[in-house]
Amino acid sequence: MSKTVLFELGVEELPARFIDDALRQLETKTAAWFKDARIPFGEVKGFATPRRLAVQITEVADKQPNLEEEAKGPAKKIALNEDGEWTKAAIGFSKGQGKDVEDIYFKEIKGTEYVHVTKFVEGEWTEKLLQGFHTVFLSLNFPKNMRWADYELRYVRPIRWITALFGDQVIPFEIGNVSTDRWTRGHRFLGEDIEILDAEQYEEALQKQFVLASVETRKQMIQKQLNDLQEEKGWNLIIDQDLLDEVTHLVEYPTAFSGSFNEEFLSLPEEALITSMKEHQRYFPVRSNEGELLPYFVGVRNGNDKHIDNVARGNEKVLKARLKDAQFFYEEDQKGTIDEKLAKLERMVYQEELGTLSDKVNRIVAISGKLAEWLQLNDQEKQLTKRAAEICKFDLVTQMVDEFTELQGVMGEKYARLFGEEEEVAVAINEHYMPRQANGELPSTTIGAIVSIADKLDTIVGSISIGIIPTGSQDPYGLRRQALGILQMLKEKGWNVSVEKLIELVHNFYDELNLPTRTQEEVSHDLHEFFKVRAAYLLKEDGIDPDVVEAVLVQGIGRYATTRDKAKVLVAKRSDASFKPVQEALGRAMNLAKKAEGTEVSKNLFENETEAKLYEVYQATTPDYHKALQENKPEEALAALSRLASPIHDFFDQTMVMAEDEQVKENRLSLLNAISQDVLTFADLTAIEWKQQF
Amino acid sequence: MNIQNMILTLQKHWSDQGCLLMQAYDTEKGAGTMSPMTLLRSLGPEPWNVAYVEPSRRPADGRYGENPNRLYQHHQFQVIMKPSPDNIQELYLDSLRALGIDPDQHDIRFVEDNWENPTLGAAGLGWEVWLDGMEITQFTYFQQIGGLEARPVSAEITYGIERLASYIQDKENVFDLEWTNGVTVGDIFTQPEYEHSVYTFEESDEDMLFDLFTTYEKEAKRIMDKGLVFPAYDYVLKCSHTFNLLDAKGVISVTERTGYIGRVRNLAREIAKTYVEERERLGFPMLEKEAEHNE
Repeated sequence: MSKTVLFELGVEELPARFIDDALRQLETKTAAWFKDARIPFGEVKGFATPRRLAVQITEVADKQPNLEEEAKGPAKKIALNEDGEWTKAAIGFSKGQGKDVEDIYFKEIKGTEYVHVTKFVEGEWTEKLLQGFHTVFLSLNFPKNMRWADYELRYVRPIRWITALFGDQVIPFEIGNVSTDRWTRGHRFLGEDIEILDAEQYEEALQKQFVLASVETRKQMIQKQLNDLQEEKGWNLIIDQDLLDEVTHLVEYPTAFSGSFNEEFLSLPEEALITSMKEHQRYFPVRSNEGELLPYFVGVRNGNDKHIDNVARGNEKVLKARLKDAQFFYEEDQKGTIDEKLAKLERMVYQEELGTLSDKVNRIVAISGKLAEWLQLNDQEKQLTKRAAEICKFDLVTQMVDEFTELQGVMGEKYARLFGEEEEVAVAINEHYMPRQANGELPSTTIGAIVSIADKLDTIVGSISIGIIPTGSQDPYGLRRQALGILQMLKEKGWNVSVEKLIELVHNFYDELNLPTRTQEEVSHDLHEFFKVRAAYLLKEDGIDPDVVEAVLVQGIGRYATTRDKAKVLVAKRSDASFKPVQEALGRAMNLAKKAEGTEVSKNLFENETEAKLYEVYQATTPDYHKALQENKPEEALAALSRLASPIHDFFDQTMVMAEDEQVKENRLSLLNAISQDVLTFADLTAIEWKQQF
Repeated sequence: MNIQNMILTLQKHWSDQGCLLMQAYDTEKGAGTMSPMTLLRSLGPEPWNVAYVEPSRRPADGRYGENPNRLYQHHQFQVIMKPSPDNIQELYLDSLRALGIDPDQHDIRFVEDNWENPTLGAAGLGWEVWLDGMEITQFTYFQQIGGLEARPVSAEITYGIERLASYIQDKENVFDLEWTNGVTVGDIFTQPEYEHSVYTFEESDEDMLFDLFTTYEKEAKRIMDKGLVFPAYDYVLKCSHTFNLLDAKGVISVTERTGYIGRVRNLAREIAKTYVEERERLGFPMLEKEAEHNE
């Protein structure tokens, strides 16, 4: 006989952003619990609304299967006395297992015979085992827990009821001060409290009380309502998946409705309108089929369509007030000058230890200036870069950005144009926030990328200087994302700047500014490590194997685009049979070179031709090699190094490196070391696991 | 429903739930939470149920009476129930029904919003309550007050009176709201809004305010050392308001700003600790009351 099991935890409104993860956890942990409890079951299905987390398990057997278990007792020589009779130990063992000495048999384990019995373990009743299921609810992890009233329990939100049924029977247990029952609650306003007669009827029974317990059902219903509205009105809704998910988690019974706003508000920047609707009100904005924003919106109510016009009117009023505010801000922000707004940055804290936003801007200007110089921009471009850096944060003091934080940069670009700034400067203000999320869009312009890199470097170096270092899942300032952004920009723009040089540049600014920091060595070490880990991450994302990543990062990141190309070349070479002699020769040289003390080579100390030949080839190739590296042509650089392979092989064939004469020996090691030092500027070839097949 | 009737209705509703009806506290403050009726009484083990209207001053929000939504001083209706009753959400929804808001005809939702006031070392979890998309109430379960863990937990319900009234009365400008028959918010508050804005942004005497801050702070510390919690807390409130005036005037530099907030926070923490100690010394009298009542 198998039955359906239902557990429902009734809570005060859960934060929408927690629900997806909680549901996943509930399903996984439920299945694991049943497996662990050895209760055969069919399917696990999870449900979640703002007020409930539930799980239904089908075809649950009413008993654990019986077990035949083999129990091991004492060794044979202890179980039998000299006369071949059972000893006390053997009798005690069989009794302890609920058996008789007659049931005993022997089994050899590692050469010794032991006493065994096979015992029968009767399966436990599921009904009883299910009383321990509360541990699953208590094991769910939430980003934030709370206490309420005078209870000890900490949970995501106060627990108000628990429904627990095995078929038609209530499973008794408690969580905190709440005991299980067959009662559940319907929709807050449209439904009633009801008894669930059988676990199987859960979804259906709740539906009659205006609760769609399944997330998927609700989402599909919203999607359908949105589609119907689009068709009926000839609209094109902006449906963002995250917003759809959030709205799904904010309602138990969804009904979409549409409303409108005055056309005059369409003169506001589109981003401000969309943010007002999407972020603040959780509405879906509306476009025409031609892509133009229309003065309409679509919301989703938690309820049915009764009095829906009333709800739509109320929402229209709220949106109107918000847009009126936005309009007021937009007009106010256009008063005065950019300089006046910049002056206000002097009063805004960036980070307590790192000064004001104005201080930060000054650093961005200085860093951008250096970058513009290194990239050999012309005077006009340098001028534009300087201006963009100077005003990149001015919109932070505008009322619009104060109200709609997510519009920082976007409004800056628009206002800069209105204030008559150059187009390049306006664009750079917006672009300097890019990439805005992991793998987000990168700045399209050089100036945008320069200011973006300067801003992010300043944030990272500043934060790490004062000990804000991301650990585990903790990265409140998004430092990792910003470091990845820098590397991605460097790669995309292909700039000839090494990451280490950038780090040192910015770190020196902090030194000069005399900001409170930890010791310079500590900070410098942390910074290099931090970037190296990010670079390794990005290379692995690019499909480079960990050993090659380690090999190319041996001397730091360098110019990131080249490092990545080097890695790509090595990934190809590792399974290229023709490269085998090269890697072997260079690797052998590198291993021996570790014994060397220097790289000074004296021709006078050569004793055979192969040494002289190797040195000759080395001297001829090294300029080519470095030139190719300089020009970011890793393939050519590696080709130059490959010319050393055959002379190295000959050298090892003919030469005893560890000669008795100290001077001769040192000279030989130095030669190998000179070569090794060259190779290391490419990669540590000895760190790679070669995979050529022969 | 005019504002006066709204207040009477809420008072009646929460009085019926066993809340003490208190009056606004007579020291300037930025929010109903800062009244000792909430901030101090929500500390410690004693039960406490209270409701009151709190005029709340936010100097930086002053707009010379010209902005339809922002005020130097607005009104909050504040409810504290400690420990939080199990049916607190239902009690709240009933209060909306009492105000004539029928949930069946609207869309009412509890949207996650966690509250934090670093100056008071206070934090809580809860929601903002949406009525057809408008935030009308802040609903919080206190978790920490004055740096101390809130045990038992109080539920705090803060209605924005003008906000709610503008919905109930269907008005777009806060100054058009009817306070009572024939008298609007504008009639009562236009002049003070204008004058307080002029004072805050133009006329306040900064030197005097800086002196006052230091004086109030010193006095708070002095009397706290004598275990006089309530008078000390009054001076903390005065510090806080004085700081808000200076901040609105834009005369507190960034570095100083953090320093001032830290100073108020330290005082608040000290007072929270002392309050609980003093109540303990008195044997937590409200606990005994409750025990007697239950017999």
